[in-house]
Amino acid sequence: MLDDQTSKQTFTRVLARRRFADILPKLVLAPSFAITLVFVYGFILFTGALSLTGSKLLPDLTKWVGLTNYERLFDHPNWWISLGNLAIFTCLYITICSVLGLALAILLDQKIRGEGVLRPIYLYPMALSFIVTGVAWKWFLDPGIGLEHVMKLWGFESFSFRWIKDSQFAIYTIVIAAIWQSSGFVMAMFLAGLRGVDNEIIKAAQIDGASNWTLYRRIIIPMMTPVFLSAFVVLAHLAIKSYDLVVAMTDGGPGTATWTPALFMQKFTFGRNEMGMGSASAIIMLMMVAAVIVPYLYSELAKKKSS
Amino acid sequence: MSSSQSQQAVKMGFATRLLVYGILLIVAIFYLLPLYIMIVNSLKPLVEIQQGNMLSLPHEWTVAAWSSAWSTAQIGVEPTGLKPYFLNSLLMVVPAVFIATMLGALNGYVLTKWRFRGSEIIFAMMLLSCFIPFQIVIIPSARLLGLAGLSGTIAGLVAIHTVYGLGFTTLFFRNFYEAFPTELVRAAQMDGARFFQTFWRILLPNSGPIIVVTVIWQFTNIWNDFLFGASFSDADSQPMTVALNNLVNSSTGVKEYNVHFAGAILAALPTLLVYILSGRYFVRGLMAGSVKG
Repeated sequence: MLDDQTSKQTFTRVLARRRFADILPKLVLAPSFAITLVFVYGFILFTGALSLTGSKLLPDLTKWVGLTNYERLFDHPNWWISLGNLAIFTCLYITICSVLGLALAILLDQKIRGEGVLRPIYLYPMALSFIVTGVAWKWFLDPGIGLEHVMKLWGFESFSFRWIKDSQFAIYTIVIAAIWQSSGFVMAMFLAGLRGVDNEIIKAAQIDGASNWTLYRRIIIPMMTPVFLSAFVVLAHLAIKSYDLVVAMTDGGPGTATWTPALFMQKFTFGRNEMGMGSASAIIMLMMVAAVIVPYLYSELAKKKSS
Repeated sequence: MSSSQSQQAVKMGFATRLLVYGILLIVAIFYLLPLYIMIVNSLKPLVEIQQGNMLSLPHEWTVAAWSSAWSTAQIGVEPTGLKPYFLNSLLMVVPAVFIATMLGALNGYVLTKWRFRGSEIIFAMMLLSCFIPFQIVIIPSARLLGLAGLSGTIAGLVAIHTVYGLGFTTLFFRNFYEAFPTELVRAAQMDGARFFQTFWRILLPNSGPIIVVTVIWQFTNIWNDFLFGASFSDADSQPMTVALNNLVNSSTGVKEYNVHFAGAILAALPTLLVYILSGRYFVRGLMAGSVKG
């Protein structure tokens, strides 16, 4: 019958629509996933493959050289300078940012009048580009016009501060600028942590006669361990990627004194046409980031599952 | 002890309190110093910086450095000022932020309200992409942009920034929609709303805060980017950060510090304005972007 025919057609149409509705969410997610696969994972593999080739100016996947690039990399003095600088930078940057951030957060948490004014002042550098930060600090630390010059004008004739021109100390000027940029953010993280501490705990400790010092040292600061961990991960990750600030302040100089792995990668790949070695250095950088991030993400996910 | 005291139970004496304020003020000066230096010296004639004190106010106030930085300073080979590069940055930022935010919202919607087998793994894989050092993708990206005929164009930069922003935008929206009541979504579907209708009518109108957080995060990151800009642009398509670096670090001629400072403020202005106008959301984005998952 005709009626039966139409109802059958409607039925298949409904079925088709439902099937389409089933795959629609996947279709929506597909482009982003495909992009991630190609642009992140595919590209990592591509760079990994390049690091095993003798590519110079252009990618060349026909000249396989095994691990030669990695051997040359770890034989190269500039790579060791970069690693050394990264170690200095990372240690000082993380330690000072954490200590300063925590100290500021604790002080700000004492019912400070004007907290609403102070907090944005501590935090605004985070909104700036590292290039802008670099320009400001480069000229402020420049002996000719900056701090040293100012101190001399104020009568301190023997005052000398020329770290930025000194290959032994230049890396520390980059540390100063980086701390200026990031410590306010660490402060904000700790402040959020402190505001989350249960007031009852504080009161109970005070009834037990604990001084403020003991209260913070024995009770509150140990409770901040998760914040320390988050701050560590964020800062370590920023440190390994540090590139812009170095370019703006010293561009690696004086000489090669302030090279970092990120700068090494850029200079070797595009400056010296050593694409194979550049790729090898990028792979090492990825491994360093992964060594910090993967255990962290893993533990965070495990924590979520158990709670 | 008064019972109205809820925020903070720690007590201290007057002297300690004074000390605390003192320290906080000194630190505040440390944070403000570079901004003060940039502003003050951008308003001086060059001689005053070369011979005078960097920390003192201008004797002779002038906006000459500002107009030079904006429209006549030598960037690379052309005396164009930073104006065209400011426009480049705008042309790059607006589409990249818009596309990545839209896609992130849709992804977050699927990943929370339309879960399927493997969707968690897809999310984990996208999340991991937030952390890679971008040096690892520079060479293949340059190659692909070249093959697509997009090297040295703003469109190429838009594509790259969109692609590498997706991880974060997806993360933001996923975490936000995770807490969004699924019953509302189900109810809408009972009423016959389909996939996109539910998204447009139910989720998107309630996504105000997370859209603001995401847009600010993306805007700040892309505006402040240097690595991609320096790697994939040519003289005509450079973003502001790259042009500023060229202005400051060009080795020819006299170093016009006042122009450099004015240029630095111009490059910082958009993100600073965003920060001043919406500090609360800015902080929230930073937190969400750091304490992931």
